[in-house]
Amino acid sequence: MSAHEDTHAHDEHDDHGHHHKETFVTKYIFSQDHKMIAKQYLVTGTIMGVIGVIMSMMFRMQIAWPEEPNLLFEALLGKWAPDGVMDADIYLALVTIHGTIMVFFVLTAGLSGTFSNLLIPLQIGARDMASGFLNMISYWLFFLSSIIMVLSLFVEAGPAAAGWTIYPPLSALPMAQGGSGMGMTLWLVSMAIFIASSLMGSLNYIVTVINLRTKGMSMTRLPLTIWAFFITAVIGVISFPVLLSAALLLIMDRSFGTSFFLSDIFIQGEVLHYQGGSPVLFEHLFWFLGHPEVYIVILPAMGLVSEIMASSSRKPIFGYRAMIASILAIAFLSTIVWGHHMFISGMNPFLGSVFTFTTLLIAIPSAVKAFNWITTLWKGNLQLNPAMLFSIGFVSTFITGGLTGIILGDSALDINVHDTYFVVAHFHLVMGISALYGMFAGIYHWYPKMFGRMLNKNLGYIHFWVTAVCAYGVFFPMHFIGMAGLPRRYYTNSNFPLFDDLANVNVIITIFALIGGIVQIVYLYNFFSSMFYGKKAIQNPWRSTTLEWTAPVEHIHGNWPGEIPHVHRWAYDYSKPGHDVDFVPQNIPLKEGEEELQH
Amino acid sequence: MTALLTIIVLVFILVAIWQMVKIFDLAQAKNENSQVASDKDNRMNGYLMMGFLAFIYIITIVCFVKWGDLPLMSNSASEHGPTIDNLMIISMIIIFITQTITQFLLHYFAFKYKGEKGKKALFFADNNKLEAIWTIIPVIVLAGLIIYGLNTWINIMGVDESDDPLIVELYAQQFNWKARYGGADNTLGKANVRLIDIDRANILGLDEADPNAQDDVITTELHLPVGRPVLFKMRSQDVLHSAYMPHFRAQMNCVPGMITQFGFTPTVTTADMRLTPEMIEKVSNINKIRLDKSNKLIAKGGEALESYEFNYLLLCNKICGKSHYNMQMKIVVESQEEYDAWMKDQKEFKNSLVN
Repeated sequence: MSAHEDTHAHDEHDDHGHHHKETFVTKYIFSQDHKMIAKQYLVTGTIMGVIGVIMSMMFRMQIAWPEEPNLLFEALLGKWAPDGVMDADIYLALVTIHGTIMVFFVLTAGLSGTFSNLLIPLQIGARDMASGFLNMISYWLFFLSSIIMVLSLFVEAGPAAAGWTIYPPLSALPMAQGGSGMGMTLWLVSMAIFIASSLMGSLNYIVTVINLRTKGMSMTRLPLTIWAFFITAVIGVISFPVLLSAALLLIMDRSFGTSFFLSDIFIQGEVLHYQGGSPVLFEHLFWFLGHPEVYIVILPAMGLVSEIMASSSRKPIFGYRAMIASILAIAFLSTIVWGHHMFISGMNPFLGSVFTFTTLLIAIPSAVKAFNWITTLWKGNLQLNPAMLFSIGFVSTFITGGLTGIILGDSALDINVHDTYFVVAHFHLVMGISALYGMFAGIYHWYPKMFGRMLNKNLGYIHFWVTAVCAYGVFFPMHFIGMAGLPRRYYTNSNFPLFDDLANVNVIITIFALIGGIVQIVYLYNFFSSMFYGKKAIQNPWRSTTLEWTAPVEHIHGNWPGEIPHVHRWAYDYSKPGHDVDFVPQNIPLKEGEEELQH
Repeated sequence: MTALLTIIVLVFILVAIWQMVKIFDLAQAKNENSQVASDKDNRMNGYLMMGFLAFIYIITIVCFVKWGDLPLMSNSASEHGPTIDNLMIISMIIIFITQTITQFLLHYFAFKYKGEKGKKALFFADNNKLEAIWTIIPVIVLAGLIIYGLNTWINIMGVDESDDPLIVELYAQQFNWKARYGGADNTLGKANVRLIDIDRANILGLDEADPNAQDDVITTELHLPVGRPVLFKMRSQDVLHSAYMPHFRAQMNCVPGMITQFGFTPTVTTADMRLTPEMIEKVSNINKIRLDKSNKLIAKGGEALESYEFNYLLLCNKICGKSHYNMQMKIVVESQEEYDAWMKDQKEFKNSLVN
């Protein structure tokens, strides 16, 4: 797009703004402005996150003190916890909905939805997303699916309780489990809408990044955030439709008597008519999304962390090209490793060998990324803002959690730790906690861009350090109870005296989890009170190079009041020799004789 | 009432945060209070980074010392068990070394290079040699792990029918297990859930016309002769289950509509396993815990818990519904003579039917 067209388009836009005053509804509710949509995603994601975390605190208490009635259960769960004794079905429901909410609603929509929307137009120098209208619909579908998911908690027979992976036949047969009735129907409807929302968002991100970059913003000058969001969107477009088809086929099996996933079932004294289907097919379809999904969650966090690390270290990100290459490699590999969730599902063991091979390969680009982040810190001038702490925390948990992947990805070892707490510890550290850290880092860093005010840093420090200690306190010991053979999703372990010596570990884990959960109140307080009472932000508080900081603090439709800035250099000219200041924004032309780094 | 109390506590926490913020802000009144890290913040957090590194190391050591006797890593009871355990230990050592080094570098750099006003960072954007090093090292390590791992996997999963394994069917249903033996001919009769006839006590749906089915034996305990290869054929009648036998390093899902399989050779009898020093220690430790619990229960007017005696177990390890947490079967590994004697007491299928 030429500069001339740009100004022209902008003028039209301005005229438009003068003639139609924005109403409350068009500004705050049915907004088509990407910055407002980002904030809507963030607030909705935060609310869902609170629900998900409270659920985890409840089932952690149940695991730690299974015999003791807990009045809190009675208050929150009502008929599902008569006299404070939690029902086994609702335990499974809590685990299921916690997983669903955290993976999809918080870490996919809340993380990717927020920051892709906020940063893609601002960092590539665009007035808005390619389609503001589609963007608005994407958010409102997400909102609708959130509402349906929350409503499903109040269904008579209980919410979906077959685990977040909803393997049939358990999820398909209401007689197998109370939650597989109306609760599961709502779950499927909610997810179908969610997937539609996610696809609209992803298509928009892809189109925007490809078409709307400002003059001079070549692909190799893009900040790593944009690369991460772009590739994430591509993976999403490839894999989410497969989950949609799986969900639709499951709906068919449940309601219209087809047999895609069901065969030869005898339950509650009767033989069902299903014949010829295979639950293993569902597992294939589910994990064809399910595995890329963890990269959909973690890649945006990686992008945010790369950006924050460079900015806060006052150093270029180390190995920019290698970082892009490793994102691409991870994205490619992520689509051909789904079978490592199914080593012992009954599929051919030869397939297991193939998936072991591809899975362990992912460790290579991941290692490259980890070392590049560490080298970025080396000889830097680290500004340890809360965002930077969360970024360092991200690398720490990503390494700790990622390393155990070489055990789980190894089919021979997976035989014995599959579906134990070892798996729970692994994926919570490597994608749950890490992605949450990435999200927190992003929020602390871009809060001034979103709300024009600063978050309180001291509360940020308290938030980070307590969370960091608790995250390790919860998930590090959890590996060990997993290696001792304790299966996940057990309502209580008291039927297995074999595991009695692990009960005290579970108590310790729960105590850390409760502290870690409660300390998030500090963050929530900071988040909501700073919106109104936070210190007013200046235009570029972190002295960063990327384009979003050249836009004014006040949000305006179209992002920049005048012409869109042109880009003359890559995003990481921090502490470049030959400049007086330790950062050179992307829109500053090269000095005479200055060479652009051939990165 | 509880809800009210919870709300009050939350309100107090919010007030406490508000007060803390006030105190922090007052203490920093003379600074510009821009909410951007000052040199003092950098110093403090730099030291905390080192403290956190120490915390990671300490929690690692504590976990290994307290819970790392790895009861399921060192005393496997099947022939292939030690190969899995070796691979596990090798992987753990690689993880341990990598974790120790990378966490040190990460946190030490965060401490060492904490920011100061006026300092300038090194402009260091790329170095192909470094990139090559940390690409090639993981490649080599992983190549080793992949080769070793795949070798182990193929050995475990490859079933050799020529060494005449004992054929046993594991049959899963909500929420219990059954085992079916082939009887004298060691051949399982044909079966399908459509043939289940509860009135005739044909609970696993065996084909009554199949001659192979006549001498099949259905039990609720799994007995295995030591040293003889076993080939399990798994079936499920309702939802997915997973037959998890942790002591034998064995697991396979039970899938309705298909038959899955897993084979291993048990090497240690239940009686021998009970006598290993690790197991004696573990059991006495568990019994101490159970005794404490019993005393508390008795004080409350409840019943004491039974004391624990070690047994191999088959657990369900795939979420299967309400009582998933209590779907287990006892496994007894014994000598061939004991096994034969036990088998003689079991009813054959043709004699177990009700007319």
